[in-house]
Amino acid sequence: MIKIEKLHKSYPIGKDSLHVLKGLDLHIKEGEFVSIMGSSGSGKSTLLNIVGLLDNHDEGNYYLNGQKIEKLDEKKAAILRNKFLGFVFQSFNLITYKTAIENVALPLYYQGMGRKERQKVAMQYLEKVGLKDRADHLPSELSGGEKQRVAVARALATNPKVVLADEPTGALDSATSASVMQLLKDINREGMTVFVITHEEDIAEQTDRIVRLKDGVIISDEKVNKKVNA
Amino acid sequence: MLKFLIDKDTWQEIYSSIRKNKMRTGITIIGVMWGIFLLVVLLGAAKGVENNFNKIFGSFATNSVFVWAQSTSKPFKGFQEGKRLTLKVSDLENIKKEIEGLEFVVPRHQTQALAVNNFKSGNFGIFGDYPELDNVQKKDLVYGRFINDNDIKEKKKVCVIEEEIYKQLFDKGVYPIGTYIKINNINYNIVGMYKEGQIGGGGPQGNIHIPFTTFQQVYNRGDSVGWMMVTGKPEYDITQIEADVKLLLRNLHKVHPEDERAFGSFNLGERIAQVTRFLTGMQFLTWFVGIATLIAGVFAIGNILLITVKERTKEIGIRRALGAKPWEIKRQIILESVFLTSIAGALGIIFGGLVLMLIDATIGKGPDAALTNPTVDIPVVLIAALTLVVLGTLIGMIPAQTAVSIRPIEALREE
Repeated sequence: MIKIEKLHKSYPIGKDSLHVLKGLDLHIKEGEFVSIMGSSGSGKSTLLNIVGLLDNHDEGNYYLNGQKIEKLDEKKAAILRNKFLGFVFQSFNLITYKTAIENVALPLYYQGMGRKERQKVAMQYLEKVGLKDRADHLPSELSGGEKQRVAVARALATNPKVVLADEPTGALDSATSASVMQLLKDINREGMTVFVITHEEDIAEQTDRIVRLKDGVIISDEKVNKKVNA
Repeated sequence: MLKFLIDKDTWQEIYSSIRKNKMRTGITIIGVMWGIFLLVVLLGAAKGVENNFNKIFGSFATNSVFVWAQSTSKPFKGFQEGKRLTLKVSDLENIKKEIEGLEFVVPRHQTQALAVNNFKSGNFGIFGDYPELDNVQKKDLVYGRFINDNDIKEKKKVCVIEEEIYKQLFDKGVYPIGTYIKINNINYNIVGMYKEGQIGGGGPQGNIHIPFTTFQQVYNRGDSVGWMMVTGKPEYDITQIEADVKLLLRNLHKVHPEDERAFGSFNLGERIAQVTRFLTGMQFLTWFVGIATLIAGVFAIGNILLITVKERTKEIGIRRALGAKPWEIKRQIILESVFLTSIAGALGIIFGGLVLMLIDATIGKGPDAALTNPTVDIPVVLIAALTLVVLGTLIGMIPAQTAVSIRPIEALREE
């Protein structure tokens, strides 16, 4: 699903440039539940931005769903993001003046789906995250956990290939963290590829595979040996 | 594109974004509304002033000049300076014969006298006139007729009065035609009444016209002429005619050819040309002020949208992460700008129109109106509105471009 070969990325800082990713190789298959671990500055956010087509890489190859990603203009990137990727952010990034259902329906709007159908699909996903009764609430009227569940519903709405979650529990307390992680586990079990970025060990341990990043290189990539879920 | 414009969702987006930013929406709309409001009101007022001038001068043939006799200011052929001059009836014949490009030459006499009707009286300007006066200074008759050739031939004691005189000398509702008024103790039969409101000098309270020949006889003027109105054909320069007439008169009256003071004149054509130039200048100023205000308003919109884009950076970043194409973001912002300018423009036109109606209802009526019928042409308004929308689009491009030039990753970066 996601295949990365010798990926390099550097950012210019003044005259110098900062080499952030130093030749990453990573292969994520369909249906995997992967977490990227690393302290701040390890390059994990940069990796997510590149994988999420929010940023370009300098060297190396990146294949998304078998398609080689290179020289994308904004328009193509936008179409691919809409089609293949769903984002969940640390700070939820819901649009403040839109209700929960409108937020979930937004990616469908950019897909060109008609209004009625959009509402229907959005409601299905809200139901899936257990927020059907909160559909007409504004984000300011929702709790942190509810907001993140709306964000997950929004990420799922276009039925993407991969859900990218950037510190999905970073702004949540442990109880709500657990419920959001459970939600991600559930959608993974239904076959969705989920790609989580975190610096919290206990979050990473709930995934199936942990990739540890340090100073722009992968230092370990291992399957989690866990007790089989009941 | 059309689908985008009629799509309910498009407007839903605009509505929610406008509603979210009430303050900026309000300020923006006021800015542009003020611009177009000023343009409409200024243009209307300018039109009102123009109409006023037209009302004053409109009754006169525009290429006319008034000529009268004064005293010489230079000695000539044995005469001392200061010789009193009088225009003669024969002068008119000579002028008609000698000068090229004339349309009408109308002699007039003028005095002031007490006019009496039963117990009412007033001091009015009395004019001795030929029927031709009607060609030079159009009379808007309410009742009856103007002086005719028969009156002139038979030196009839008839008169045509201005409506103002009727108001002063008659009771309301009395039909004046056929009744008599006394002027200098002579009875005159009223044959016509015309609308007031035209300049023509003479009496302070209104004018009475009697046949020229009658005037000559009653006031003992012999073959003299008080003054005359000369009208040139449209293709001739009235200033040249004025000079020619005066030169001829100096010749006929044995006055020094360079004696400019011997005959006086008032060049109405020249005056009207001056007024027209003034009006043109005023209209230019109006347009200039109006358009400048409009542009300022449009820039205000652009500025405000730009600020909002900065504020909405994150939102735009989210939308792009969700798959909004740059063009979709751009057209949204442009449409927002066009929508705001259009609404503001429409409101400005409506308020401007209302103010013009108010002006018309208060100071736009009657003979003393400050502004007569202040209006703006619909095409002018439409062009202004169209300009506004075009400018709105152009100015909307700037924030739209800014919005898409921010990379989504930067927009989404955590604070």
